[in-house]
Amino acid sequence: MSRPIQLRQDETFVLNLGPQHPATHGVLRVKLTMDGEYIVKAEPVLGYIHRMHEKMAEGGSFAQFMPNTARMDYLHALAFNHGWALVVEKAAGIEVPERAEYIRVITVELNRIASHLLWWAAFLLDLGGFTPLLYAFDDREKIIDLLERVTGSRLTYCYMRFGGVYNDIDDEFITGTREFITRLRGRMPRLYHDLVTHNIILIKRIKDIGIISAEQCRRYGATGPVARGSGIDYDVRKNEPYSVYPEFDFDVPVFHECDSMARYMVRMHEMEQSMRIIEQALDKLPGGPVMGKAPKVLKPEAGYYYSAVETARGSLGHRLVCDGGKNPYKLKLRSPTFSNLSLYGEVAEGMLLADALAFMGSLDLVIPEIDR
Amino acid sequence: MALLNRTQVALAELLPVQAVAADEAKEAPPREPGVLVTDPARHGSHLDVLCRPDQVVDVARVMDREGYFLEAIAGVDWLERGQMEVIYDYNRLGGEHCRVMVRVCVPRDQPSLPTITGVFPAADWHERETFDFYGVRFQGHPNLIRILLPEDADFHPLRKDYKP
Amino acid sequence: METSLWRALLYLVGIMAFAGLNAAYLGWCERKGAARIQRRIGPCEAGYAGLAQPLADGIKLLSKQLVVPQGVDGILFRVAPVLAMIPAITSMAVIPFSENIGARAMELSVLLLFSLASIGMMAVLLGGWASGNKYAIISAARAVSQNLAYEIPMLVTTITVVMITNSMDLRQIALDQQGGFWHWNLFRLENGHFLTMWISFIIFFICSVAETNRAPFDMAEAESELVAGFMTEYGSMGFGLFMMGEYLNIVVGACLTATLFLGGWGCPFGLIPGVWWFLLKIYLLIFTFIWIRWTYPRTQIYRLLNLSWKILIPFSLANLLVTAALIKVF
Repeated sequence: MSRPIQLRQDETFVLNLGPQHPATHGVLRVKLTMDGEYIVKAEPVLGYIHRMHEKMAEGGSFAQFMPNTARMDYLHALAFNHGWALVVEKAAGIEVPERAEYIRVITVELNRIASHLLWWAAFLLDLGGFTPLLYAFDDREKIIDLLERVTGSRLTYCYMRFGGVYNDIDDEFITGTREFITRLRGRMPRLYHDLVTHNIILIKRIKDIGIISAEQCRRYGATGPVARGSGIDYDVRKNEPYSVYPEFDFDVPVFHECDSMARYMVRMHEMEQSMRIIEQALDKLPGGPVMGKAPKVLKPEAGYYYSAVETARGSLGHRLVCDGGKNPYKLKLRSPTFSNLSLYGEVAEGMLLADALAFMGSLDLVIPEIDR
Repeated sequence: MALLNRTQVALAELLPVQAVAADEAKEAPPREPGVLVTDPARHGSHLDVLCRPDQVVDVARVMDREGYFLEAIAGVDWLERGQMEVIYDYNRLGGEHCRVMVRVCVPRDQPSLPTITGVFPAADWHERETFDFYGVRFQGHPNLIRILLPEDADFHPLRKDYKP
Repeated sequence: METSLWRALLYLVGIMAFAGLNAAYLGWCERKGAARIQRRIGPCEAGYAGLAQPLADGIKLLSKQLVVPQGVDGILFRVAPVLAMIPAITSMAVIPFSENIGARAMELSVLLLFSLASIGMMAVLLGGWASGNKYAIISAARAVSQNLAYEIPMLVTTITVVMITNSMDLRQIALDQQGGFWHWNLFRLENGHFLTMWISFIIFFICSVAETNRAPFDMAEAESELVAGFMTEYGSMGFGLFMMGEYLNIVVGACLTATLFLGGWGCPFGLIPGVWWFLLKIYLLIFTFIWIRWTYPRTQIYRLLNLSWKILIPFSLANLLVTAALIKVF
């Protein structure tokens, strides 16, 4: 990519990318100051799908907020379920049976694969490749069917409860999950890597595009695959283990190239790691109940609580402040893409429009999660 | 735990370390400014730092020097106490794990704080969000406008006395 | 006089029918082809195997209002889609479908085709410009620079063919290649042209993909970047005409490729030459277009231009020299 030609200030124009634009995958608006096809300044404008979930949390009981969590990151809804369950269990001191912990991990990881598959499909769509979308949706459909069996819904799950999960998994789910893993492992090399990852056009499109340094990640608080693509070995599942993750043997893929290709590779490798976790969890799955003892009405002690989980997009934090009442006094959701997107303006400066959109795709944005 | 100690030493320049038992942190009335060690298994963070409003930037500089990143900024409206609390959550990206919660209380009727965008650019959007929801004015913020609510909104919905 | 008038009318109707059928049914073929590649079924509701789908789409597009938004250049905005169709249909007049089927054999038909293709690109420029939409203008600018870049190697490689066959008449070029595939320009044995002509063919094919604005070179309507490019503001039949124009350009491109390199209507083994061979060849080429589109992601505008200016043009020029040398030596 050559350097942008220097033109006078008055030769720029403003291009409103969104709120309805095919590449933003939702209602994100980016106000671009353009110099021809070069971006002089990029300024994301948020809030088009803001629903004030934090106020809703204050208005209801702890349990009443559970369905809301799935409405934020609809692609990795179970991780949001899990994060909310964890922080409330931490505050109220609720124990979770081991089987329920395993089931949580299995379903969350399945959901993570589904989320990465959809990201992959949408990213390729951003780059103008249509066919991979259908291949990825084919596989994702299998996951959604599996999760529908146990959770009862296909996208916006409300599966976790304080003290366990709502429904036990059955043998059909277990065999189905194993079959799915075999199937995805079989399809991965040819349909995903041979057709797309090793495609010269794709490599040229995303290699050395959207370089984010590790220091930039730290200053902007970027986490998840974005940070791991910049050489930062940070995964909440490893660094701040929760649930039963310490019991599994899995790697955190880290790439040091800092470009869109590195983020792409991180996600592709993460799918394999999630499959490893699911296999181990299915092997070790203990018996017992899936719901522990939890009081009907939760009244956690007054205080400050924080809990983080690793969603497909990065670290999701819940900052919960309790005053001893039946409702959360204050809930702050630290959604990963909010921070990941905040570095967009700095990195996209000087990029070509098409490169900036490829870069945006590599950040894996889910707008309802940013706007909350 | 080396990191935890180092952070405590670094913060000791600004704030006294309090030898109060962790459980007392949950008491509703705020303590005196100071650093408190809390149980991460119980509260999720290793250090609970309460600082004065004028120390926010200094604390942020210390955290930056020690290699932390800013996770989020949250506001809390204590209607009965007439205070607005702002919570800064710091965390480490990889390596040894340590979470630091920095709290600061400002009067509720005129909430105002210095900005830390000069230290952490991440604070830009988080401060705008806190302004959006609570009306906390961050002095020196380059672009303190609404972020999630419509630009012509004239209310701060997360204040406890807000009636839609 | 009488017969020639009838002949002209007949060809007019025939070409219109051929163009119309292709414009309508290539859309169907594209959808079916994409569906097969993507493990779907594709259109299947309207008629047998969805064959009535183009009809339904056509009726839908015709019955919609042509919205002319505020702030557009009204005349240009309306003219542009028409301008996209006319050159494509006009091009058909000089294409020799077989030895005896061909509306008009012209001595400079190759030149005419290229001029018409350039006029076709004007439609994109005017449509984008008249829309007054920023995406459309970016798209129009892209289309012009892309077309400019790819016309050069395309013309240069065509010159190699013209040198070999000593004619700029498409009919003559096709006649020159009759009698088996070893006479085709692509595999031509005499003078050892097969040594260089495959390079010409590849360059020509890449250029024709780029000239017709097809993926992976569909910069002008890159929908994930420019929404729909120059077609952003078009609805109803304005959009329909652009789409049909695009398909017709593909047909013309395939016809040109088949005539210049693949022996026109000739059979690979010298048996029963005729229009069927010609149609077989162009539809195989069109299938390749579809195949490529649904396999590859889109490239980048600067890479596209680099490919032309830095690789295709030098190669085509070198190729021209070598071809000239081969003619001189033998």
